[in-house]
Amino acid sequence: MTTQPSEIPEPPASAPLVHARGIVKSFRVDHTRIPVLKGVDLDVAAGEVLLLVGPSGSGKTTLLSVIAGILDADEGTLTVLDRDLFSMTEDEKTAFRREAMGFVFQQFNLLPTLTATENVAVPLLIRGLKKEAAFARAIEVLKTLGMGGRLTSTPSHLSGGEQQRVAIARALVTEPRLLLCDEPTANLDAETGHRVVEALCRVGKRPDRAMIIVTHDTRIFEFGDRLVHMDDGRIREVQHMNEEELR
Amino acid sequence: MNYVALKMLFGDRAKYLMLLAGLTFSTMLIVQQGSIFWGLMLWSQSGITNINVPIWVTDPNINQVEEVKPLADTAVTVVRSVPGVEWAMPLYKGLQRAKLEDGNYQQISLVGLDAATLIGRPGVTLEGRIEELRDPDAVALDQWAVDRLGGPERMKIGTVFEINDHRARVVAIVQTQKSFQNVPFVYTTYKRALRYTPPERRKLSYVLVKPKDGIPAEALARRIAQETGLGAYTADEFGWKTIRWVLKNTGIGVNFGTTVFLGFVVGMAIAGQTFYLFTVENLKQFGALKAIGASTGMLARMILLQSFTVGLIGYGVGIGLATAFGLTAGRGGNLPYAETWPLLVGVLIALLGICAFSSAISIRKLAKLEPGIVFR
Ligand SMILES: Nc1ncnc2c1ncn2[C@@H]1O[C@H](COP(=O)(O)OP(=O)(O)OP(=O)(O)O)[C@@H](O)[C@H]1O
Ligand SMILES: [Mg+2]
Repeated sequence: MTTQPSEIPEPPASAPLVHARGIVKSFRVDHTRIPVLKGVDLDVAAGEVLLLVGPSGSGKTTLLSVIAGILDADEGTLTVLDRDLFSMTEDEKTAFRREAMGFVFQQFNLLPTLTATENVAVPLLIRGLKKEAAFARAIEVLKTLGMGGRLTSTPSHLSGGEQQRVAIARALVTEPRLLLCDEPTANLDAETGHRVVEALCRVGKRPDRAMIIVTHDTRIFEFGDRLVHMDDGRIREVQHMNEEELR
Repeated sequence: MNYVALKMLFGDRAKYLMLLAGLTFSTMLIVQQGSIFWGLMLWSQSGITNINVPIWVTDPNINQVEEVKPLADTAVTVVRSVPGVEWAMPLYKGLQRAKLEDGNYQQISLVGLDAATLIGRPGVTLEGRIEELRDPDAVALDQWAVDRLGGPERMKIGTVFEINDHRARVVAIVQTQKSFQNVPFVYTTYKRALRYTPPERRKLSYVLVKPKDGIPAEALARRIAQETGLGAYTADEFGWKTIRWVLKNTGIGVNFGTTVFLGFVVGMAIAGQTFYLFTVENLKQFGALKAIGASTGMLARMILLQSFTVGLIGYGVGIGLATAFGLTAGRGGNLPYAETWPLLVGVLIALLGICAFSSAISIRKLAKLEPGIVFR
């Protein structure tokens, strides 16, 4: 698809990694349709860290699920990495997630019986890599996130911040073009959350990669290039942060 | 990902042991119940297996081996004249009374064998010599008769007692399979058996037959039936006939069959339920795996690997425990217990089937991934 980026970062004007237009999504609860996304337009450029914020129930998780291909939208168009997500089958979407996306969840979602190294290796094992190669690569990524000392610990022996670093390592181990994070700091205290997102951006931010981070956490706003405010299923406001730093 | 699947399974000790306990218990329950049931059925045809000949000839309306319908003495000669018969021997079989030293009576199953050949004699002689049955008043007791007639102290080689007021002298102790009615066997010669028993017009219980080499027992049995008008059955057919009759007429079929069936249903429900709960508890983990790109097929293989692994281990341990029970409780043939391979194979198939079924339910849940499972 896109060639390896040159030294000059791709200008935001080039084809965005995520291109969503008129996304409408409603849920059916007891015969009544509850509209949750009411026409969302959103572009996410390569190299960008986009923070998605807004009150509870405004549809942030729903939007993220649609972009991830986990949830089907009712209306609208969506291309991710130039692929039309809405025309893919369930299996194609799963394969696409495997190849192109990384996820960080609010509740970490690590496998409790696996060590940190094994957890991080899982996406590589899913791709069919041999155990030894997958573990070696997992250890490498864990070390860049400062987790070199906790390689053989299982999640229950790790603090929340450490667990989220393992989850971040798992999301990054396949070098995905698109990283989707839903409230990665919600289960962490503010201080830890700040440090975790700092590590996430230090290791994960790349000119060819976009990150969407859903958050309520104002203390991590400084890491975003853009702040997108959602309210009642619509995007209300887009704020460019650190513009001077970006250019 | 097999590695991950097995680590998910074995990693959580407590959950794994619960799961294993459920599967082990259900296997044990089913195998134990089934084996006791089958053991009882084998007891019901011990009258046939203890005699151990290829073909039984008797009244065509016979229902089961213990229900003797005597034939005319000429039947032996008639059967001998059928082409393909190597030999045909008379057998007397009937319930009689033995008088104990203390004046009490004990019911016995008297078996009279052809004196010259002793065809139909038990395979194992524990004490004495079965050939001495040809001596005057000689009888052989089985191990159950020894117990019932006064124990090994009193009933030994040389002991004299009475059958229907006739003298009987013990010359051998033999081993038999216990009978369903729990009546001990006492062996003697055919002629002496007739003398021991009250006068009757017909006394020949069965004609025992062996086919000539190369002639299948089934074929000869059909021919005997056709040419003589008597009932002729291979040992196997007669055994099944007896089992069918017992099942139908004794209430064992309904009562014990229900117990076995319930054991099966309960066992399978426990197995299915425990494994289903295990996968439901892991649903969030599988959901996360799916979100990060594991296909439904891959998750299905993982869940099936888990269920078959724990299913096979539970099956093995369950059978081990059931067998240990059978060996302990059934020692010396006191409890009907027969683990047969069709039962073991049947339980294995059913168990793996129920594991696959509960896996399938969980896999269905994962086919359409709910964001609620992962994004929370
Ligand atoms: N599967 C579903 N069925 C019915 N309603 C749903 C479903 N998922 C979400 N909703 C509803 O859609 C609305 C938006 O949910 P969503 O999870 O996207 O909000 P959010 O912005 O992520 O909120 P929060 O900040 O609390 O996570 C909520 O009212 C929610 O109850
Ligand atoms: Mg949310």
